[in-house]
Amino acid sequence: MRRFREQVQNTEGGTDLIIRTSVRLMVPFIQLFGLYVIVHGHYSPGGGFQGGVLLGSAFILLALAYGVEYSKKYMSEFANFLTVNIGVFIFVGFGILCALVGGFFLDYGAMANVFPMPLPEWRYWGVFVVEVGVGMGVMGIMVSLYWDLASAGSRKEGL
Amino acid sequence: MKVFALLATALTGAILLYGTADFPAWGDPESPASTHVSAYFIETVVRDTHMPNLVAAVLGDYRAYDTMFELVVIYCAGMAVLAVLRGARS
Repeated sequence: MRRFREQVQNTEGGTDLIIRTSVRLMVPFIQLFGLYVIVHGHYSPGGGFQGGVLLGSAFILLALAYGVEYSKKYMSEFANFLTVNIGVFIFVGFGILCALVGGFFLDYGAMANVFPMPLPEWRYWGVFVVEVGVGMGVMGIMVSLYWDLASAGSRKEGL
Repeated sequence: MKVFALLATALTGAILLYGTADFPAWGDPESPASTHVSAYFIETVVRDTHMPNLVAAVLGDYRAYDTMFELVVIYCAGMAVLAVLRGARS
């Protein structure tokens, strides 16, 4: 607890101690919940879009409380760019891969030609792969949109 | 110029609203979607995909093409904001 207090007090940026402390407490749980929503999308309401927004909102909360600069310590602009593009690439690439191994575009069942698994299982895991791609893309885009809109494009200091 | 934009928006909205008049009533059991599509999904989704969540199965598998372009639309929005605001700085 003392270490946590020192961490909060020693970081610069932001104004209010209460906001900074509560954000620091909330962010790990929001991220955990976001991962849960992405991974558990097959069983319960949720999926890539919702989980991606949750993961992105954790970084946006950090940027709101500590400033844009501070949030970039945890996800650099390059990492953000990479996340977005890899996310979209996973979705489209997996669809094309399905077409290359002898099915239709986004026909997950065709992957059984490469790695033998029952067809319903492949459709199950195919949706999982695609949801991970959606989650990565949405998370990166949300953070990128916030950075740009909050700082009018400079990405230096904003709200 | 703004007047034209407003007129175009209002006109498009009016056409879309006019189009909704032909839709079947909400939740109508006799509508085509309820008689063919829903029944097919409810009967076959768990058997064909092993997914207990029908919504995820329809979005991720049966209508994956639609979901893909949803992601591409978000991607384009992010890239457009980046391009516009980064350009305005210099």
